[in-house]
Formats: sequence, structure tokens, C-alpha cells
Amino acid sequence: MSLVTPLNRVLGLGNAHGAAEHWWMQRLTAVALVPLALWFAVSLTTLPDFSYAAVAGWVHRPVTSILLILFVGAAAYHSFLGVQVVIEDYVAGKFSRVAALMGSAFAHTGLTVAAVFSILKIAFGS
Amino acid sequence: MPGASRPLSPFLIYRWQITMFLSIVHRGTGLMLSLGAVALSVWLLALASGPAAFADAQAVYGSTWFKLPLVAWTFCFCLHLTNGIRHLFWDAGIGFDRSTIQASGWTVVLVTLVATAAFSLLVIV
Repeated sequence: MSLVTPLNRVLGLGNAHGAAEHWWMQRLTAVALVPLALWFAVSLTTLPDFSYAAVAGWVHRPVTSILLILFVGAAAYHSFLGVQVVIEDYVAGKFSRVAALMGSAFAHTGLTVAAVFSILKIAFGS
Repeated sequence: MPGASRPLSPFLIYRWQITMFLSIVHRGTGLMLSLGAVALSVWLLALASGPAAFADAQAVYGSTWFKLPLVAWTFCFCLHLTNGIRHLFWDAGIGFDRSTIQASGWTVVLVTLVATAAFSLLVIV
């Protein structure tokens, strides 16, 4: 006899809710990050120096802006999912676990908005 | 006798192997890269704030002592990326037999060391 309700069996959800979604998004962002991360690393090697003119000029180019936003977005989502698993594994207290998960969510969201806004500001700047 | 006959975790019983080493290092490098993403966001924010703010940021990011975390992040980046590709092959059900899993593990270590040295010499040092 199964303790899983027929509805939950149909939905494919265990007691963790959405575990398949978590697993899938971690892999989806991982696959996206392979070319994006390689592009980011190789791009840094092609910059003449790290002066304001060189870096801002690089980010200003449309292809750079687009790929950089995709890289930052995929990396942030991938990081959020990974940090969530680490917190769930090692932070045992109920209050501290919820606080850590919330803190991670706020930090990831805030930093992603800051990074994407910064890229757009340079992209649309003169 | 507290703890006299309690079961021990596998890493206390078995000799260290490349598979278990890369498993925990993958998690550790991932966490380090999350911190690196914070540094990257701050760097981009400084860039968007103008030449003066970017110069302030570069005073830290371009300093001699900051080469240490930059090389460390490069190492984490290379290991997490190459070992992550190894994980994606496992997700597809490929590469689980003993000789393959050990060969792919040592390949990750070798590629990580070479790529870290190359990027560090080209960009950081």
C-alpha cells in the first residue's frame, strides 16, 4: 500500500515538492553555462587591459551585453539552486534554515538585478 | 561508552579516492564561485557608476594581494566547469564503470590545473 495520494502520484511530486523541477533547472542552467562561462573566460583574455575605457567599451557592444546578461542570469539561478541544497543539507535548525534560505534568495535576487541593471546602463549609455 | 559502536561515515572508513574527492570539491568550488559572483556583480556595478567608481574598484580588484582570490576563483571555475561536464555525462547515463569514472576524474584534475595556470598567466599575473 502506498502512502502517496493518487493526486500526488499523478503530479509526480514527493514530499519535498518540486524536486524534479529543482533537478531539471539545475541541469538546464548547467548546460547553458558551459558555453556562456567559456565565452566569458575567453573574452577576458582578449581585453587589452582592465582600464575603464577597455572594459566599458567591451560591455557596451550589443553581443557582449546580451551574452553577459544571459551568463549572469544563468549563473545566478544555478548558484541559487546550489546554495539552497547546501543550506538544506547542513543548516539543521528550523528557524536558521528558513532564515538562511530567505537570505540566499534575497542576496541572489538583489545582486542579479544590480548586475543586469549595470550591464543595461552601460549598453544604453553613450 | 558513548559512541563506542556507532556506525562511521564512509569518508572515515575508506581510503581517499578521486571520485569522493571530486564530489566534495565540486560542492566547495560551487560555493566559492557563488562568492565570486558577488565580486563580479560589485565590479559591474562599479563599472556602471562611472570612471571614478571603477577606479576605486580596480584599486582593490587590480591590487597585488587580490591576485590570490582571483587565481583561487579561476581554479574553482575550471574545476566546477570540467567536473560539471562530467556530471552532465552521468545524468545521461554515460561513464559509470570504474575505469572510466577514475579516468574522467583525473582528466578533470589535469585540465583544471593546465587551464588555471594558462588563464592566470594570461590575465591575472
